[in-house]
Amino acid sequence: MTGPAAIVVDGLRVKRGGRAVLHDLSFAVASGSVTGLLGPSGCGKTTLMRAIVGVQIVESGRVEVLGAPAGSPPLRARVGYVTQAPSVYGDLSVRENLRYFARVLGAPQERIARVLDTVALGGQADRVVSSLSGGQMARVSLATALLGEPELLVLDEPTVGLDPVLRRDLWATFRELAGAGTTLLVSSHVMEEAEHCDELLLMRAGELLAAESPGELRARTGCERLDEAFLALIEQRGPAR
Amino acid sequence: MSARVTWATALRVLTQLRRDPRTIALLLAVPPFLLALLKGAFYSDPRAFQHVGGPLVGLFPFSTMFVVTSITMLRERTTGTLERLMSLPLAKLDLLFGYGIAFAVVAVAQACVTGAVAFGLLGLEVAGSTAAVVALAVGNALLGMSLGLFVSAFARTEFQAVQFMPAIVFPQLLLCGLFVARDQMIGILQIVSDTMPLTYAYEALDSVATEGSLGSRGALDVTVIAGATLLLLALGALTLRRRTA
Repeated sequence: MTGPAAIVVDGLRVKRGGRAVLHDLSFAVASGSVTGLLGPSGCGKTTLMRAIVGVQIVESGRVEVLGAPAGSPPLRARVGYVTQAPSVYGDLSVRENLRYFARVLGAPQERIARVLDTVALGGQADRVVSSLSGGQMARVSLATALLGEPELLVLDEPTVGLDPVLRRDLWATFRELAGAGTTLLVSSHVMEEAEHCDELLLMRAGELLAAESPGELRARTGCERLDEAFLALIEQRGPAR
Repeated sequence: MSARVTWATALRVLTQLRRDPRTIALLLAVPPFLLALLKGAFYSDPRAFQHVGGPLVGLFPFSTMFVVTSITMLRERTTGTLERLMSLPLAKLDLLFGYGIAFAVVAVAQACVTGAVAFGLLGLEVAGSTAAVVALAVGNALLGMSLGLFVSAFARTEFQAVQFMPAIVFPQLLLCGLFVARDQMIGILQIVSDTMPLTYAYEALDSVATEGSLGSRGALDVTVIAGATLLLLALGALTLRRRTA
């Protein structure tokens, strides 16, 4: 299921506002995998994702995505990024948003119906985005990223605030996309979501605690539940910086 | 740069505007309303109305597009759509020209409505062609747009963006020669007004309104307006960052 690395991060350091937020991170993400980026709020997940997408000014280190430096122009059509706050136009309808982004990406307009179906928003296509609920807006934002059929999808907390049924469906969608060869990096602060992932990146206070599969994490810590395993890891490491 | 993306952006901006009929109504109705007020205010001095009326038709779109653009651009920044666009295969010029096309359409509509009311109903007369006044109005709108785009990078909130209107547009209006002939100002202010793009916009309009044509001076004015627009667009492009801290 997994192939060569889609993301290689080596010695990544990022400072924001004079404070180090990522301390010397190194890891790789296998292509065609669903990788969960987990850790508490404020641990640097979003900053790491921004560095991978190439919109973050980094202090030092190497970030390579699909064989090219992160953020280099050829990657813009090959990497899809969904920010935590939905970044779509509130004063346009769902369809108008998708139509615009499809044109920017050079994607065929027929794909709009398909991505609407994927995020279960077919019935809301002609509603103005600002009249939708937060969860629906988040799905419009996700649909927008799916339009370009990117090889790598970077999703920042895509399931936050969604009802359980929708959350399950979305994870099923991620699994389908991975099955078709897409690499997914999905962040969450809820450990139970780790269950859906092939690989886990566990972060705390700007450091990487572990990069392994849920099974390996269980075996190494001797904890059946992943949230307990995470706690065990933290205790091994001692207090955060 | 791609014509497809530029065009898509222009259509998108126009669709957003269409969703806001109150703003459209204000854009189209306020300039004629202000000219009507001015005509009434100059009731006992009709020549004064004739003197400032023509140039004003061409200056309104400058200030309107300045505000509209700085707020729209600020919104793109604060809602994260700019960051998304910057991570997509979209050239900065696609975005800037897309905005330019959309706001030029609005400026044409505004200048036509304002011109029709001023020249048709309010009895305003200019020595040159009214079409030239409208054409200059559209050029000034693009100048206002590029200035608004550039300064929007320095505003963090809509309150700040709105304050740029009195801070950046009003001084140019006061010193451009519309209210007081520039050669009657204190020397230092003459020099200051030489550096302000709106001075040239006013002079070009004044040439058409009083002399009937742009003349050689007016041609220079138009060149300065076009140059300032392009320079501000280039500076605006520099404020669109693909990577941020």
